[in-house]
Amino acid sequence: MALAPADVLAGLKEIVEEVVGIPAASIELDKNFTDDLEVDSLSMVEVVVAAEERFGVKIPDEAVTDLATVGDAVNFIVNAAK
Amino acid sequence: MSRRRVVVTGLGATTPIGGDVTTSWSALLAGTSGVRNLTEEWAQTLPVHFAARVAVEPAEQMERVELRRLDRSEQFALVASREAWKDAGSPEVDKERLGVVIASGIGGVTTLLDQYDILREKGARLVSPHTVPMLMPNGPAANVGLELQARAGVHTPVSACASGAEAIGYALEMIRNDRADIVVSGGVEAAIHVMPMSGFAAMKALSTRNDEPARASRPYDLNRDGFVLGEGGGILVLEEYEHAVARGARIYCEIAGQGLTSDGYHIAAPDPDGAGVQRAVKFALRDSGLTTKDIVHLNAHATSTPAGDVAEANALRAALGTDADHVAVSATKSMTGHLLGGAGAIESVFIVKTLQDRLAPPTINIDDLDPAVTVDVVRDKPRALPAGDIAALNDSFGFGGHNVVLVFKSI
Repeated sequence: MALAPADVLAGLKEIVEEVVGIPAASIELDKNFTDDLEVDSLSMVEVVVAAEERFGVKIPDEAVTDLATVGDAVNFIVNAAK
Repeated sequence: MSRRRVVVTGLGATTPIGGDVTTSWSALLAGTSGVRNLTEEWAQTLPVHFAARVAVEPAEQMERVELRRLDRSEQFALVASREAWKDAGSPEVDKERLGVVIASGIGGVTTLLDQYDILREKGARLVSPHTVPMLMPNGPAANVGLELQARAGVHTPVSACASGAEAIGYALEMIRNDRADIVVSGGVEAAIHVMPMSGFAAMKALSTRNDEPARASRPYDLNRDGFVLGEGGGILVLEEYEHAVARGARIYCEIAGQGLTSDGYHIAAPDPDGAGVQRAVKFALRDSGLTTKDIVHLNAHATSTPAGDVAEANALRAALGTDADHVAVSATKSMTGHLLGGAGAIESVFIVKTLQDRLAPPTINIDDLDPAVTVDVVRDKPRALPAGDIAALNDSFGFGGHNVVLVFKSI
């Protein structure tokens, strides 16, 4: 099932806010998970698992290391859902 | 070189009778019970339907994101440590001279069990990545150490219900041995859950006075029938005396010594002869340079079990001799329940307040004093302690036969 990038971004914002407490409004596509959003390696696992549940996609561990920014994650999830 | 002296410069607590030290201490002097019925459905499946939950939930004292990464025992540790650190004046200290020693008896047991439920219901992928840092018994100490950036050493001695006292003793030695100038020390417990409660109930260790929860914890009463499980924690900031003086710190009292022994008798039952307890008292006094004549107060372990309270009282009577006549004994578990690894810590906090206010807290719920109890129990109302130099003992014992006695003295 195809997902709209805007919907994925909105969902990710909610997930990141839930996991690390950064307000959704300040989460943008170019934000880096580690440097800008304080998502450490453990929190990233939570974000990934929550995104898999929410969007019905698989995000393999080897792909996670390439997801530096929120935009990277949106692209990955949109492509994975095609 | 004379031995480095160690003083108490900060206190923190979250207990079944208050969310901080001031509230807990007032409730204690007023003889308030923190024991209540449990509202969880599982409680009805147990022979015991009550416990002593903390008076103030950590959710009211911490941020949401912080809460979800911390086991409840770690939440208690941070809440109490923040209070204690602030109470100590948030001292400027070389981080390599700052230590943390915080114990718990069971560690992150609710995390372990909750995550096991998730594993069984939803599979391994859904198990939280925070599981291990949350369930490890050193988690409370580690989180406090991280927050304060303590680099002299972060430790977690585990000895069941003696853990909290043992942690404070370990902290004392860290400063005496010149490893640190300040050590944040204490104990926490968060084990009110169907599984550990089932285990304690199976041992017949818990009171089953379901019709009167607030009167269930009744140390020294003839009709006591077991302990009441409590949760929370207590923290003391220990500091080398000269260091405290140099920074103009408010000094509550001195922690003068400790005595440690083990029974070698039974995995859970107290040695009825109390030989191990007597030796621990003797060693603690020797370590402190004090004698039985100096002791005016004791915060007893007294958990409200039929065997334990009398064994302890007999051992104290034997160790203190006729000087036991001027020792006001308080069993504060009658109000807080038994915090297991947190017990020796909150009771040490109470001793420090006792020395400060010169007021021994009451023991509640004694309708009929057990005639086998041969110590002078402070009942129902606080009792004034004498002026001048005074000292007090805190004794704690744990399953496994661990005996810890701490000595605090006025300064």
